[in-house]
Parts: sequence; structure tokens; C-alpha cells
Amino acid sequence: MAKIVTRNLDLWYGNFKALKGVNSAFEPNKITAIIGPSGCGKSTLLRVFNRMNDLIEGVRMTGEVLVDGENILNGNTDLVILRKKVGMVFQRPNPFPLSVYENIIFGEKIHGSSATRHKRDDIVEESLKSVLLWDELKDKLDKSALSLSLEQKQRLCIARLIAVKSDVVLMDEPCSTLDPQATARVEELMRELKNRYTIIIVTHNMQQAARVSDDTGFMLLGELVEFGNTHEIFTAPKDKRTEDYITGRYG
Amino acid sequence: MRKFKEFIIEKLILLCGLASIFFVALIFLFLLKEGLAVFKTVGLFSFLGGKSWYPISEPPHLGILPLILGSLWVTLGAAIISVPIGVACAVYIAEISPGKIKEVLKAGIELLAAIPSVVLGFIGMVTLVPLVKSIFHLPTGLTALSGSIMLAFMAMPTIVSIAEDALYSVPKIYKEGALALGATHWQTIWRVILPAASKGILAAVMLGIGRVIGETMAVMMITGNAAVIPQSILVPVRTLTATIAAEMGEAVVGGEHYFALFAIGIILFVISFIINVTADLFLHKRQ
Repeated sequence: MAKIVTRNLDLWYGNFKALKGVNSAFEPNKITAIIGPSGCGKSTLLRVFNRMNDLIEGVRMTGEVLVDGENILNGNTDLVILRKKVGMVFQRPNPFPLSVYENIIFGEKIHGSSATRHKRDDIVEESLKSVLLWDELKDKLDKSALSLSLEQKQRLCIARLIAVKSDVVLMDEPCSTLDPQATARVEELMRELKNRYTIIIVTHNMQQAARVSDDTGFMLLGELVEFGNTHEIFTAPKDKRTEDYITGRYG
Repeated sequence: MRKFKEFIIEKLILLCGLASIFFVALIFLFLLKEGLAVFKTVGLFSFLGGKSWYPISEPPHLGILPLILGSLWVTLGAAIISVPIGVACAVYIAEISPGKIKEVLKAGIELLAAIPSVVLGFIGMVTLVPLVKSIFHLPTGLTALSGSIMLAFMAMPTIVSIAEDALYSVPKIYKEGALALGATHWQTIWRVILPAASKGILAAVMLGIGRVIGETMAVMMITGNAAVIPQSILVPVRTLTATIAAEMGEAVVGGEHYFALFAIGIILFVISFIINVTADLFLHKRQ
């Protein structure tokens, strides 16, 4: 069963229609990439899944978005529970100006668990190990997260999600500030994590989508033009517009 | 010719820039020249720690401890009142209030800053002082507490506007990150935004306190002006500033009393200087 399904999803920013009848299904334990030129609505779509668009004034949505079969667009969705389940990694790494340790344990604290110090230490270690940062940072847990390198910061932000036991990881151009080597390492990490998570990545970089994703959706002007197996999309696109984009005619 | 013009203009601007420093230095030198003379008759420690201030008795008692404590009580009281309210107000303006209310509030805060202190003192005298008197059943409402409450109103605009700036300059990505982890709005404010803005908020508090310590008129009108060591905040006190303002007119130029008032000026100068430098340090560390 698909982890996230959208049905006839429309979204308006005031009078501007940013998403037009999006139908899609995101499978668990897969990496799904959403590609498309700037302003096509790919970040907007991503931010529907954890309702981050709510922060923008004048946003309106119609249609259905099912996460684990539950419509998250109806009024009684608990955003705290939703966002705990559907985590997000941002374009610019945004660890809090706290220590490495406090960053990872942040979710634990806000979700009101009364974990003992010992249990918290375990969570921190486990989360950092999952993102391959433990060896680098185990002696620097009390250091400010702001002193880390960009790649370490982005990994830390992923570790933060692992610590709250998210099911879905939304990634909004997570590598756009990283150099090619760091990007390769983060992509490697994504492949490892997909066994345990549903990963949806918005990317500007078509090669990245081709390298890392299992499924791909191509968006243009608020429409999800084509959605399917990555290999097929890149080798035998059904829609002329997709073909024009991936062959570099525009974008 | 063009080069010459540039040269002249640059030097003129330089001169203007240096003028402010030059004037501060001049003022400080003048204060020192007039103020240090008092230490010919009274030692530094008996000046700062002396318990009685009778400048015109014979021989004069020139101990400013009651005045220092007066300033301290009033300032502490004002800080205790204005810091929580001011910071909370800044949080409301920066993080919570919807657009229109925000504009109204900001205009209100600016207006509060624009009220002349003598007017605030006057209002305090006819409204606050009787209130304090009747609530605590005191012989007089002219107390340190009244001064604190009044001065809290004066510190508030400084604290609110600078703290709001600090909160506002916290990168939005922190807020998004916290919300995306499922934090509530309040958890985001308390655990992420406030810590991230803490240095700016500390600077705001320092500058607010600086405003309070230097305030004269209102405090002179409603604190009762009794130069005795205050045992509580419900008794009349006299601050350093009020002492200078009240007594300068009647001090004989060149007399011990006159020199002592200038020495108080030095103390005030040093206190404000320290406060401002500390605030500056906080502000610059933030960047």
C-alpha cells in the first residue's frame, strides 16, 4: 500500500493556483524524486505532506492527501503527530543554535517523553550512527551544532528525524548547498535509509533524481505531468513535455 | 582640483566623526577635574561606602551609599517589572500578533517612548503614588516602588524594540525546522527562538536598565527624595541622578558639596559606560 496518496489535490496561494489536480502515490521504502523547473510547485507539493504550507497566509487546499490512509487535509488532523511522522530536511541545513546533543534530543523533549539520561544517550548515539556521524562527533556532542561543516549539519538534521522515529522523510533540495563529494555521501546515506523510510526528494538536479530515486514525478506549472518508474521516465517518457525537460530543452 | 575637493570633504566628515568622541572625552575630563577634588577631603571608600549624606552640615557628611542603594533599589525594581513584560511583549509582536495588531502595538510602544519623562512623573505623582500609599497603608506613597513602576514604563520601549529586533533577526529556517519536527508554536518560541535571540535580548535589557539608571526627572518627582539607606522598597529613597538635579542649584561653586555632586556624576558616567559597553558586546557577539 502506498504511504502517501494525493487525489485531485488543488492548492491556491490567494488567487494563484499553485497545484492543479495532482494525483500521485508514494511507495514506502522507496526514494521518489520530484523534478521540474523553478516555480513548478514541487516544493509546494512536498510541503503539503507535513502541512508546512499552513505557515503561509492565504493558502487553500482541496482534494485529498492520505498519509497511511488518513486524509490530512480535513480539519481534525493533529499537526504535531503528523509532523512527527512526516519529517522534513530543508534546503539550507538548519540545526538549531544548540549543542549537537540538544539538537538530536530536541524532538524527544518536545514530544514530552520522560526518557532517562541514559535512554537519551542511546537515542543520540543510535541516531548519529544511522547518519554515519557518530565517529566524527562522539567527542563533540556538547559543541554548538553551528560549528559543524555544511554536510555534517545536513546529516545532523537527518539524525534529528531519525530520533523522533519519523516514517517519511521529505527532502527539499537537501544537497543544493553541498559540494559534489558531500552530495555523493548524502545520496549514499539516502539509499541506506530507504529500507526503513519513505523518502521523497525535491531536486533541481535531474542527474541526482536519475541516480538516487526509484520513482520520479515531473511537474510543470503546478501540474504533475508524469509520474512513474524513474528508469522509464528518463528513458521512455510518455509525455512530450517530460521529454523536452529531461533532454534539456528548457528548465 | 577634483582630488582636492574629495580630500577636503573626506577630512570634514572625519572631523564630524571625531567630534562626538572628542566631546565625550571633554565631558569626562571636565567631570574628573571637578569631581576628583572631593577626594581631597573625603577618601574614596568613605565616599562610596559612607552611610550618611549631609552635604551642608558642618563638617559635611559626604557618603553616597544611601544614594547608590536608592538607585539600585529603584533600578532593580524597574528591571523586575519591565524585563518580563517587555520581553513577552516583544515575543508577542515578533512572533504571535497578526499584522494589524502588530502595527498598532509598535506605534503604541513608540508613543510610550515619546512621552516626556516629566509628564510620566507627573501622572505617576497623581495616580500611582496615592495608589501605592493606600494599597500598602503607608504614611506616604512616594517610595522606591512607585519609582520602579514608573521607570519600568520608561525602560519598556527600549527593551521591547531592541528585543523585537533580536527576535525578528532569528533565521526563519530555525522556526521552520522546529515546527517541522512537530514542535508547537510555543515550544518553538521557548526552545529555539528565544535561545537564538538571547544575546540581543540581553543587550535590550542592559540598554533598558541604562535608561532607568540615568533617568532623573520622574524619579525625583515620585521617590520621595530621602537620602537614607532604604530598608525596603516601600520607603522613600533618593537616587544618584535626583541628588545632582536637586542640589546642584544650591551648591556653592568650588565648595565640597559642589565637588561631591560632580563625583556622583563620575560614578553615573562610569555605570552607564559599563552598561553600554556590555550591551554592545552582546550585540556584536550575535553577529
